[in-house]
Amino acid sequence: MTRNPLVGELPFPEAARRELSREQLRRNLRSATHTIRDKRARMVAEVPDWEELRVAGSAIKADVLARLPELLTRFEAAATAAGARVHWARDAAEACAIVTRLVRETGTDEVVKVKSMATQEIGLNEALEAAGITALETDLAELIVQLADDTPSHILVPAIHYNRSEIRDIFRERMAGTDPDLTDDPRALAEAARRYLRERFLSAKVAVSGANFAVADTGTLVVLESEGNGRMCLTLPETLISVVGIEKLVPTFADLEVFLQLLPRSSTGERMNPYTSMWTGVTSGDGPQDVHIVLVDNGRTATLADEVGRQALHCIRCSACLNVCPVYERVGGHAYGSVYPGPIGAVLTPQLTGVAANRSLPFASTLCGACFDVCPVRIDIPQVLVHLRQQAVDERRGHPSAERTAMRAATWIMSAGRRYTRVLRIARRATRPLAALLRRRTVRRLPWPLSAWTAERDAPLPAGESFRDWWARSREGS
Amino acid sequence: MRIGLFITCVNDLLYPGTGRAVVRVLERLGHRVEFPVEQTCCGQMQANSGYRAEAVPLARRFAETFAGYDAVVAPSGSCVAMVRDGYPRLLPETAEVAARTYELSELLVDVLGVVDVGARFPHRVTYHPTCHGLRMLRLGDRPMRLLRAVRDLELVELPDAEECCGFGGTFAVKNSDVSGAMLADKCAAIRATDAEYVLAADNSCLTHIGGGLSRSGAPTRPLHYAEILAGGGR
Repeated sequence: MTRNPLVGELPFPEAARRELSREQLRRNLRSATHTIRDKRARMVAEVPDWEELRVAGSAIKADVLARLPELLTRFEAAATAAGARVHWARDAAEACAIVTRLVRETGTDEVVKVKSMATQEIGLNEALEAAGITALETDLAELIVQLADDTPSHILVPAIHYNRSEIRDIFRERMAGTDPDLTDDPRALAEAARRYLRERFLSAKVAVSGANFAVADTGTLVVLESEGNGRMCLTLPETLISVVGIEKLVPTFADLEVFLQLLPRSSTGERMNPYTSMWTGVTSGDGPQDVHIVLVDNGRTATLADEVGRQALHCIRCSACLNVCPVYERVGGHAYGSVYPGPIGAVLTPQLTGVAANRSLPFASTLCGACFDVCPVRIDIPQVLVHLRQQAVDERRGHPSAERTAMRAATWIMSAGRRYTRVLRIARRATRPLAALLRRRTVRRLPWPLSAWTAERDAPLPAGESFRDWWARSREGS
Repeated sequence: MRIGLFITCVNDLLYPGTGRAVVRVLERLGHRVEFPVEQTCCGQMQANSGYRAEAVPLARRFAETFAGYDAVVAPSGSCVAMVRDGYPRLLPETAEVAARTYELSELLVDVLGVVDVGARFPHRVTYHPTCHGLRMLRLGDRPMRLLRAVRDLELVELPDAEECCGFGGTFAVKNSDVSGAMLADKCAAIRATDAEYVLAADNSCLTHIGGGLSRSGAPTRPLHYAEILAGGGR
């Protein structure tokens, strides 16, 4: 049994601690996230109606979610009429089984892949491998990760945790036919990968892709990419199988106008991405003649049922929130244990799996709000995080918890002015001898659970006189 | 105009000097400030940690305590954000008082129309815009405008100022390692300014930042900007 691509082996705090100790990783991440973040900021600043675009993007997505069943049927009818075959998958296992069967029916045991989050989410490569089918990632960064036998650490830049000398080493050791004298010049690296991939594009019988958008009116699928490798996969093989989350719909072709502006500027910091491929079923004599679309739920309907949480389904996988997140910047994607890392991962993953399987993720944020500010479809990530924290707490209500006891005690104390005043006095008196002894109002070590605080920082002691005591003494003559 | 001071629990217990500074600034400008003693805590810790049921009574209590005031002022961006942004979602009947609750710089600049509060502070300082003030209240440059009007104050820019310090309430304890990594970068940025004081609109964030500075032996001291506006340090 391979591991669930949405559930990590360790809770976030422990996985984060492991990742924090990798100095090279932190340097790579800092440099990469800051570069993309700055590019994005420049590209967004030059669009005068950016805020209106965000509002429009959010409104279109909200509309799609409000009438998803109707739009899905419309999409199925349009795609089928255009010659595609539409398949429905309730979960990852069903989706993998469908794709595996479709590949087997073609008689091949090799597929080329377009970069796709949906196929990562369902663990398709592992499922195909178990069935004796080799899946080759053709996106440069996905290829690096696949060669290294690693997992992606970023939605858009899956190999963000490697720098170029590490990538050169991976190519030299693991990519067949690589020149042993390969340098770490980015052009040389890209050329080496290009040569390796080119032969496989020409011989591939089957391609597997995802889709950035699916147009309900026309049955069209859309893929945005930078390298052109995706276009190779989408046009050369005889069979094309696309795995698409059911929330990827837009109602009409004209709605793409909004997203084709929002997505490139938010994700790669470009005005327009180099390659946008669109296809509608089968075109006789041009491109794949055997076209399949696998529509995947995998937790999306459950997410849709949550009034606050459903906005996470607006996500267009741009990863702008990852690039501005101070937590992601320090720990990288692997700490989240899911193919969806960073702020969006912390709200999407626990909803797709159910909060019980990812209890620590909603707490993996300081609620600083930088993610909400950059989100092109206005997902209020901090609001959803707090909402999911409530779910994480609520479903443990039957179990004893020191934290809940402390929270309840705090509320009890603070629910009566007198009680609160008395507790402030006790806190001050109890710590007065310590303050006198130390001759200062900071301490370097506190007992558990506050030892987690003093591990990294000194802690203050209560002031000599609380504000309310000062007020009473100086204003009310008591 | 009846101005009610919401001191916040952190300031009440640990930083009464900040509260005294708010009173001093407002009284110097000719306003009367009242301190309803029934007030306690806004409940942000409970709400943001997932304990909604435990936060609701505190929201109700706040609304009752401050019902009669024209304006409520608090020297904390995050507590005001909890009231203004969080309360209406928690308890709809709090919406009215929530809309009249201001962070100090909002009250001074927007409501009272003052930028120069007549303070003097002959020191080199830098300012860290705390996240909830910056991104939830959209305080913008209001605190900086107030500080620029302070005589003899040398205000130096903080590198990567808008990046979170890593406090995040219970995050600092639950994800202490990540919080510490963020804190180390914030402290390095502060040290690079050679400022004598690092200012902010939140003593909770400043407790975290100050704790990190003090642990690393840095000479820079944390101070709430209200204490500068009052004309002295603590």
